[in-house]
Amino acid sequence: MANRINRDQVQHVASLAKLEFTDAQLDAFTPQLDDIIGLFETLSEVDTDGVEATSSVSDQLNVMREDVADNWGQSQALLKNAPDAARGFVKVPAIIDESEDN
Amino acid sequence: MNYFKQDLASLHADLVAKKYSAKELTQATFDNIKATDPKIDAFLALNEDAALDQAAKIDAAGIQDDQPLAGIPVAIKDNIVTKDLTTTAASKILANFKPVYDATVSTKLTNAQMVTIGKTNLDEFAMGGSTETSAFKQTKNAWDQTKVPGGSSGGSAAAVASGQVVAALGTDTGGSIRQPAAFNGVVGMKPTYGRVSRWGLIAFGSSLDQIGPLTRGVKDNATVLSAIAGHDDHDLTSSTQAVPSFASDLTDAASVKGLRIGLPKEFLGEGVDEDVKNAILAAADTYRQLGATVDEVSLPHNKYGVAAYYIIASSEASSNLQRYDGIRYGYRAQDVQNLEDVYVKSRSEGFGDEVKRRIMLGTFSLSAGFYDAYFLKAAKVRTVIINDFKAVLKDHDFIMGPVAPTPAFDLGAEIKDPITMYMNDILTIPVNLAGLPGLSLPAGFSKNLPVGMQLIGRPFDESTLYKAGYVFEQNTDFHLQVPTLGGQN
Repeated sequence: MANRINRDQVQHVASLAKLEFTDAQLDAFTPQLDDIIGLFETLSEVDTDGVEATSSVSDQLNVMREDVADNWGQSQALLKNAPDAARGFVKVPAIIDESEDN
Repeated sequence: MNYFKQDLASLHADLVAKKYSAKELTQATFDNIKATDPKIDAFLALNEDAALDQAAKIDAAGIQDDQPLAGIPVAIKDNIVTKDLTTTAASKILANFKPVYDATVSTKLTNAQMVTIGKTNLDEFAMGGSTETSAFKQTKNAWDQTKVPGGSSGGSAAAVASGQVVAALGTDTGGSIRQPAAFNGVVGMKPTYGRVSRWGLIAFGSSLDQIGPLTRGVKDNATVLSAIAGHDDHDLTSSTQAVPSFASDLTDAASVKGLRIGLPKEFLGEGVDEDVKNAILAAADTYRQLGATVDEVSLPHNKYGVAAYYIIASSEASSNLQRYDGIRYGYRAQDVQNLEDVYVKSRSEGFGDEVKRRIMLGTFSLSAGFYDAYFLKAAKVRTVIINDFKAVLKDHDFIMGPVAPTPAFDLGAEIKDPITMYMNDILTIPVNLAGLPGLSLPAGFSKNLPVGMQLIGRPFDESTLYKAGYVFEQNTDFHLQVPTLGGQN
C-alpha cells in the first residue's frame, strides 16, 4: 500500500464527518480510500498554472430576490417527520453528557 | 396496456378519443407493474390511491387536444420529493420521510396533469452506477435479470424499458440518467445545468446535479423535458433562458444534413468494449450517409474527469449530507447519551458504505492541509476539461460517442471494487463537469444487451441533440426492439 492515508488519518476524517467505524470497517476502508486518493493524485499530471478554478457552471450569477416567506405555517406537518417531538418542538437528548462527571 | 406499442402521442390520442379513460389507463399501469415488478424491482413505492383519484378528476374535467400529457402515468426517481408520498433517496436514513412539499418538477408534471404512479429505486442518494447501493432492493436490468440496470437512475430506466411506464424522471450527477438509459436500451437526457429546477431534488453534488426524462423514444423525451424545464425562483441556478417546444422540430423534415459532428478519439480508446466501439462507428457512418460530417476530434483531458469528479462531487456531497443528523427528520439512533451521539450514531447507522465512502473522500479533500492539493486542484482541472469541450464545440454542432465503455455488467460484479465502478462513468462525467446537455439513445446490441450512444451539445442546445437523435431513430430500428419479459409483449 502506498500509504497516502493511514488508519489514524481515516479515524480523524471520520470524526470530522461525524461518522464512526468499527475496526473491521477501518481495515476495509483505509486501503480503499488510499487507492482512490491515488487516483486523485493523477491530477498532478495536469498543468493548471494560471488556470482559474470553476465552482459553478450556472449562467445565473448573484441572483437577487425579495425575501418573502411562502408555504409557511406547516410546523405540525414538519414535526411529523421528527424522530421525537413534544409540545410543538423537536425533542433531542440532553446536550450535556450526563453519562460521566466532569 | 401495452406501452411497447404506445408513445405519448398515441396515448394522448386514445385518451382524447375516449378509447379508455385516464383512470383505466392508470389502473392498467398498476396491474402491469404488479405483474412485472417481482422480476425487475424498479419501484420503491406505488402511489395507488392518490393516482387513481387524480386520474378520475382528470377524466371528470375532460382531456383536451392541447394537453398532450394529461392523464398519462409517469414514474419519479425517489430522490425527488413528492408531497405526502414517502421519499427515501433509497437510504435507511430517510426510510420514513414524507415530504411536506412537491419538487418543482413534480408540480410541473402535476400541472401538465401527468399522473405520478410511484417512486423508483436508485443507488443510495444517487451515489453509484448500478443501483446496487440502494438500502432497500436490487433493481434488475430489463433485458437480462442477471445484469445490473445501471445507476443511479436504475429504477426509472428499468421501469421504462420493461414497459411499466412510458416516461420517468431521473437525475444525473455523473451519468446517472444516461448510463442506465444505455444499459436498458431507452432514451435519457441530462439537460444543460440550469435548464431544470432542482428545488425539491435531494442534493448530492449541487454544481453537477440535473433532473431529466427517461423515455422509450426521442420525441417523448423532448415533450417531457419541455414540461419540466424553465426558470424557478426557488432554484437560483435555474436559467432564465426560454424553453423551446423541443418536440415541435421532430418531424419528417428533421435533418442532420450539413451538421458537423465531433467524435473524440479518447471516447473509443482503451477499455472501450469492441461491440460498443463498432456500434458508435456504425452510427457515425449512418450520420455521414445522412449528410453530416463526422470528424475525429480530441478531448485530451477527458481521462482526468473521473478523478476531478470524485473530488468535487464527494466534497459537495459531504457538505450536503451534513443535514442528516437525526434531529429534525430521518433516522435517529436509539441508545444515545448526548447530542454528539445522536449525530454520530444516526449517521453511522443510517448511511450505507458507498455514501460513507463519498462523505469521507469529500471531508478529506476539503480538510485543512489537503484543500489546495485536492479540491482546488480538481476545480482547476474542471476548467481545463470545460476548455477542451469549448474548443471542439466551437466548430462542431455536437459530439458523439459511447455512453459507457461496456454494456450492462453482472449483478455483484463490481460493487466490491469502487475504482472499477467509478471508471464506468469516464465518458459521462466530463459532461456534468462542463454543465453541457447529454442525450443517451439506443445504438446497437452486444450479446443481446443494449448499447447506448451519447450526443453532447452546446449549453442550452438540447434541440440539436434531440433532432440528431430523432433522425438517427428514423433511420435505425434499435429503439423498436424490446426485452422479453413475462410474455406481456
